[in-house]
Parts: sequence; structure tokens; C-alpha cells
Amino acid sequence: MSRTRTPVVAGWFTGEGDEFRLVGTRCSACRSVFFPREDVFCRNPGCEGGDLVAVSLSGRGRIWSYTDTRYRPPSPYVTNPELPWEPYALIAVELEAERIVVLGQAVPGVTVADLAVGMEVEVVPGVLSEDTETIWTTWHWRPTGVAV
Amino acid sequence: MALAADGGGGMTDDVAVLGAGMHPWGKWGRGFAVYGTAAARAALADAGLDRRDIGSIVGADTVRGGYPGYVAGATFAKALGWQGARVTSVYAACASGAQAIGTARAQILAGLSDVVLVIGADSAPKGFFRPAGGDRPDDPDWLRFRVLGATNPAYFGLYARRRMAMHGDTVDDFARVKVKNATAGALNPNARYRKRVTAEEVAASAVVADPLRLLDICATSDGGAALVLSSMAFARRHGATDPVRIRAVSTITPRYPNTVLDLPDIATDSAVAVEPTGETFRASIVRAAYDEAGTGPEDLSLAEVYDLSTALELQWYEDLGLCGEGEAAKLLRDGATTLGGRIPVNASGGLASFGEAVPAQAIAQVCELTWQLRGGAGDRQVAGARVGISANQGLFGHGSAVIAVR
Repeated sequence: MSRTRTPVVAGWFTGEGDEFRLVGTRCSACRSVFFPREDVFCRNPGCEGGDLVAVSLSGRGRIWSYTDTRYRPPSPYVTNPELPWEPYALIAVELEAERIVVLGQAVPGVTVADLAVGMEVEVVPGVLSEDTETIWTTWHWRPTGVAV
Repeated sequence: MALAADGGGGMTDDVAVLGAGMHPWGKWGRGFAVYGTAAARAALADAGLDRRDIGSIVGADTVRGGYPGYVAGATFAKALGWQGARVTSVYAACASGAQAIGTARAQILAGLSDVVLVIGADSAPKGFFRPAGGDRPDDPDWLRFRVLGATNPAYFGLYARRRMAMHGDTVDDFARVKVKNATAGALNPNARYRKRVTAEEVAASAVVADPLRLLDICATSDGGAALVLSSMAFARRHGATDPVRIRAVSTITPRYPNTVLDLPDIATDSAVAVEPTGETFRASIVRAAYDEAGTGPEDLSLAEVYDLSTALELQWYEDLGLCGEGEAAKLLRDGATTLGGRIPVNASGGLASFGEAVPAQAIAQVCELTWQLRGGAGDRQVAGARVGISANQGLFGHGSAVIAVR
């Protein structure tokens, strides 16, 4: 039986390949953007509140900062304790149009040595973890121009 | 500015610090209530007061002690012996201690109680802090671990790298913070780590979250701290004619939009609809305290700041207004923030020497200010200390700053 591909959080991203995007919400009254999505009330204190409508975020942004995880993070992060720990990079990315910084994992194979503040990156689909029934999908940041 | 010796001149908002006490930080393997109760008894002895003199007990909660941790005020009240005092328990992550002090001060200034005992204590697990159990996809703290594996040090690493890129800080500057704080901590009997550390030892420690190494990042510790606060009138009746006074307590939230990525969030607020003020949350925490006290960075004798990482201590220099933006590393290199310098920071040894005992830490900062302002800090005394500030920030948008004067 084939495993299902399931987003680690429902409704945070959409699309395949080049069409893959993070999904937030936008207040129809004040135009504020929210990621992770706000679905009930606008958080702008100066806004009377409007409908919150799903909106795809920009696919590209610039690195605000970055780091990595040299030690295995604790649960609920899922890792296989049988395997040696492989660090991954974390990148905080500034999206110009939305004026927001969004954190994410770098694509596998990209290390902090490959990164610099201000570098352009794009959002791509990724896999967070796999178990016998499910492939848990997520978003990754990848320096633009780098092949998958 | 001139500080009226009697707390007069319109400065009616002071409360007196009659007593300060701590249980030494460490990894002792006992319950948090033991540390808190020991600290409370030490603070009462320091104040020269009996438990039955206390009208109110405010406990800073811990999330690591089960139900008794969520009702820390009552847990400590019972351990000290029930005596019918008003009881309050507060939680604000790393800012819990400041909220407890703020709550006690409000009760005193409102006339609800003359003398309030403030207590915080923690018994910390080994390794990374982690979220509460269960699947909770509506909890940002759960999400950042589940989706990103973003531990607290990962956020510290992001801030550190950002400073390197924006201001030219180096890992050697970060190591210098550790060396400075370890040197001070070696003089503090309440510190967990009392050994001096060299820059070479920092550089030889393992990278945890690039660019930060193990010795750049504070440990998690057991510990307890307590304060006895009172009205100025009670202090005078009690014979304390010139006590240390708390002049400001800042426990504010950020303003929307908060444009610096804060623990435990996965993203900042968007600034697309509302223009940010240009003042970061951390800077606003401190300014609120300065405004309330009618004081400023030029008046400070010392500061106790939350050095969760070495790089974060440098950030606080700028947020406190000790120097301009991007100038913190120079201030450090010039020795201004070292014991004996113009404005010593973390004369206690800081979190670098203590490790963090979450609900106790902000109270411990004020214990240090108290001892310094009394001139009783021994080998780590800041000469002629008159005004001190503590500064800190708790997860989920909690400001924490206290200004104490004498």
C-alpha cells in the first residue's frame, strides 16, 4: 500500500513544483497579512476587523538570518534515534511584499557555509519525516539557482 | 537626576526592598518548592521579619513542577506554614519573576498589603527545554518544535548571526562576554559555575547552533530567589530608614507589528499594513522602565541583563541605551561593562554563571541589584552603586525590567 503525503500542518502551504507557496491570510479591511494564518480575528489593533482570506505568500525572499541544529531536537520533532544525527540549517527569510520574516528549514544538503544574510532564497516543497503510513510534507528554503 | 533620600519629592511610587534571599543555583535534583522555600526563609531573615508578618505571597510559577508549579504561590505558602496571607500565582515564562514583583508592588501601592513576599523557583530538566506533551497544533511552542525542530538555542543562533551580519560582531566578541561573566560569577557564592573561563575554552566548546557554541549558551538550572517588599511607610516603621527601593517595573507587551522574530514564533508580524515604530520590543521594555522611573541610561550604576546567549547580552547593551546601535561589541572590548568599568553588566555573573531557573531568574536579578545598591556584594561590588536596572524578555511577548535605586 502506498503511503499518503500529508502536510505536517494543514493549510499552511499549497501547490506543487514551481507553484508551491506558503499560505497565510489577509485581512480584507486593513490588508494585514498573517503567517501562520489567522482565521478568526485580525490582530492589527487599529483595525475594526474584516474577513480573513487565504493568500499565497511570495515565493522568494532574502535571508534575514540563519543557524543550524547540531544536536537532535527534542520531541515532538520526529527523528530516528537509530540513525546518527544529521544537522540541518534553519533560515529566517524576509518577504519584501508581505514585510514579514518566516522561519523554515533549508533544503537537505545546504549548510550554513552555503548561506549569507541577504542571499535570495525560494520556497520549495520538502519532506519533514516519514513513517510506515505517512510522508509528512513541509516547506523548505533553497538558495535560488540551486538544483534540487 | 537627583534622588530624594526619603522617597519624597513626588516619587510616591517606590516600594522598599526589605529582604533578598536565594538558594544557590545548581543541578541539585530536588523539587522546586524546596529551593523557593529556602530562598524565602533567607529573604525573611535578611528583612528581619517573621513569616507571620507577611500579608501577601506572590509565587512565580514553573511549568516543570506539575500542578504545584502552576499554583506556586500556594505551594510556597503551605511550605512556609499557612498563615492566612493573600496568595497569588503568576506565569510569564522568563518574565514570571518580574510579573511577581510587579504584582507585589501593585498590591503595596494599592494599599492591599504592607509587606509582600515574592518567590520564584525551578527544578530544570537536562538538555533542551521542550514543550508540554500531547499533539497541540494550535500552540506555537509545540509547532516550532514539531515543524522546525527550532530549539531555544536555534533562535539565539539566528540573533547572533544577524548581529554579525549587521554590526560586524565576531565570535571572539561573543566569547569575550562569557569570559567577563565567568570572571564575575567566580566571585558569587550563589552562582552554579564558579570557574573562570578563557576565550580558548569557549572556542573549543562544541557548536550548538551556528555560530554559537556550548559556552555561549546558558544552561538550565535549579534555583530559587525571593524578595520581601514593603511600603515605604512600613519600612520606616520597621527601622529601615534608607532601604533599596523599586522605582519601576516594566511588564509590557510588544506593539503590533512586532518585526523581530521572537520565541516561540515561526514568523514575525507583517508590517505591510501598519508601519513599525522603529523601536524594537526589547528597547521598548527598557524605555517603559526608564519613563516610569524618570531616569535614563546615563544614571545607571549597573545592569543585570538576560544573557541567554553571549550575543544577546550585547544586544541588551544597545536596547538599554548604553551605546548606539551596533556599538555593543566596542563597549565590551573597551571594558566598560566589566566589573570596575563605567557601567558593569552582569556583575552577578549573569546567566552564563547561573544557568536559567526560569521563574526565579528575574527575581535573582533584583536580588543582585539589592545587594549591590546596599554595598553588600563583596568581591563583585560595583563601587558607589545608586541605580540599577534588570532587563529580560519572556516567551510569548512578555517584557521584564526593574529599576532599583538607593
